[in-house]
Amino acid sequence: MNKLLDQIRENVTQTQVWKSIFRHGFPSNDANRALVMFSNVILHLHPVRVRRGALKIKFTWCLGGLTFFFFVMLAVTGVFLMFYYVPDTRRAYNDIKDLGTVIYFGSLFRNLHRWSAHAMVFSVWMHMTRVFLTGSYKPPREFNWVVGVILLVVTLVMSWTGYLLPWDQLALWAVTVGSKMAEATPLVGNAGPFGPELGMGVDNDVRFVLLGGTVVGQSALLRFYVLHCLGLPLVMALFMAVHFWRIRKDGFSGPL
Amino acid sequence: MAEKETTLGTLPKRDGNSGGLAALIKKSASDKMGPEDHVLVWPNLVYIELISMLFATALLLFLSLISPAPLEELASSDTTPNPTKAPWYFLGLQELLVYFDPWLAGVVLPSLIIVGLVLLPYIDPNPKGKGYYTFSERKFAVLGFCFGLALWYILIVIGVWFRGLDWSWYWPWENWHHHKPITGGLVDLEVIIGKTLGMSDTPLVTLGRYGVTIANLITWALFLGYYAIGFSVPFLTMRKFYNTLGFVRYNLMMFMFLSMLGVPLKIFLRLLANVKYVLVTPWFKI
Ligand code: HEM
Repeated sequence: MNKLLDQIRENVTQTQVWKSIFRHGFPSNDANRALVMFSNVILHLHPVRVRRGALKIKFTWCLGGLTFFFFVMLAVTGVFLMFYYVPDTRRAYNDIKDLGTVIYFGSLFRNLHRWSAHAMVFSVWMHMTRVFLTGSYKPPREFNWVVGVILLVVTLVMSWTGYLLPWDQLALWAVTVGSKMAEATPLVGNAGPFGPELGMGVDNDVRFVLLGGTVVGQSALLRFYVLHCLGLPLVMALFMAVHFWRIRKDGFSGPL
Repeated sequence: MAEKETTLGTLPKRDGNSGGLAALIKKSASDKMGPEDHVLVWPNLVYIELISMLFATALLLFLSLISPAPLEELASSDTTPNPTKAPWYFLGLQELLVYFDPWLAGVVLPSLIIVGLVLLPYIDPNPKGKGYYTFSERKFAVLGFCFGLALWYILIVIGVWFRGLDWSWYWPWENWHHHKPITGGLVDLEVIIGKTLGMSDTPLVTLGRYGVTIANLITWALFLGYYAIGFSVPFLTMRKFYNTLGFVRYNLMMFMFLSMLGVPLKIFLRLLANVKYVLVTPWFKI
């Protein structure tokens, strides 16, 4: 039986098609196990060899990796949700409702999306806490910590922009609370210190820019939608690329 | 821990397409390490990652099944829910609204948190504790950071589980559908000072809208004095601490640290002495 399986594997991995797709043989010997790490675009984020201690889960708790995993999960489920959702105040709510009632797997994808978002916010904080407690922000990794802080902020803002999209009471009022704070920004908010003195009103301050109007309405929904599904994910992907690149270049601080 | 080990350890020994660059790079510690110290990432680490992803997927599926995403009534600006709550990760900031005006709670304090986090690696000069968990080698840093974290999480917990109608405090076993009596009686610090010392309300000088009374000047002195004393005490009594940081790092660090401590301080002033604002001007109140 084993012989047969080996024979089949041999035949498959020796074909021209297989060899054209993978730049390495089947990773069953050390040479190929090293090659797979070099020549696969996703796996090459890793080094080829790590110190034994790296396998201790109690150093990273896998938190950075899990944060990235939740992000990927959000991207996949998010694309699915985008097929059914239109950011129009007259139908957004019903689109979300349809996900739960008439669309196959609609509620599963929506629930997964929501829970992944919670999980990502949680794990990014825990990851930051881990990086702090292991002192991994110390030279030469100062800048990667800064990139991390940007990722943290973008994560929170992405989560917040997504919160408005179901266009239910929860969404509307949570965002209203947030925009009240924007209005109070010093200098550039109409209710903030020195705002009125600098000519800020409800129709030209930073809250107006954020909402595209004076109330949380259609323009705000569209803005949040575009930021949530396009703008912020792009920013996030860019900074993640820098983050991962720097982890490799700066070297990993721990036993890895 | 030696630096750059993983990076250099992974460079192919033959100088493939690095254009001669690989030859320029110094031998690193891992090159000197024997092969027995290392294991291949495939399969050892890749499998750990795969398994943790599978666990995470299982957890997400489980949570999705037992607790579906909520959907309330259609959004309507006519009916305001009571209380209106931000998403949980912002409830700490919303809880701060009880004690601070929105420009502080919603804008300045979060900005200071972000700036503080960005500055952190640049104002911590301690070379110890890099790459491993330790408390004893960096007590101040760990305590300071955990204090901030604790503050953030405690406020979130309060916001999520203890705030009900009108943002009043509710214990879990209380009836959450009965309004609590409105507790008023908050006074500004300058009023308390003025009354206690029997000072008159007539301003000493008037700057536009700003009538500056003696009591108001005293609150300014207390406010600035908090920072002044906070900056001076470590400088005078712990000169070694100051010297390791240097002028710029010391001042940035102390400003962040004192501002962070100021948050619970103001909360205590409110809870213990019913202080509404410690400092009042026509443009901003703290
Ligand atoms: C979207 C958010 C983020 C993702 C996907 C992410 C991902 C990762 C991953 C996969 C690692 C490898 C080690 C590990 O798994 O722990 C890592 C390391 C690191 N992360 Fe993040 N991270 C994120 C946010 C942050 C934040 C908020 C900070 C800090 C403020 C941060 C700072 C660092 C640093 C300094 C390292 C190097 C750690 C070391 O060498 O020990 N990252 N990150």
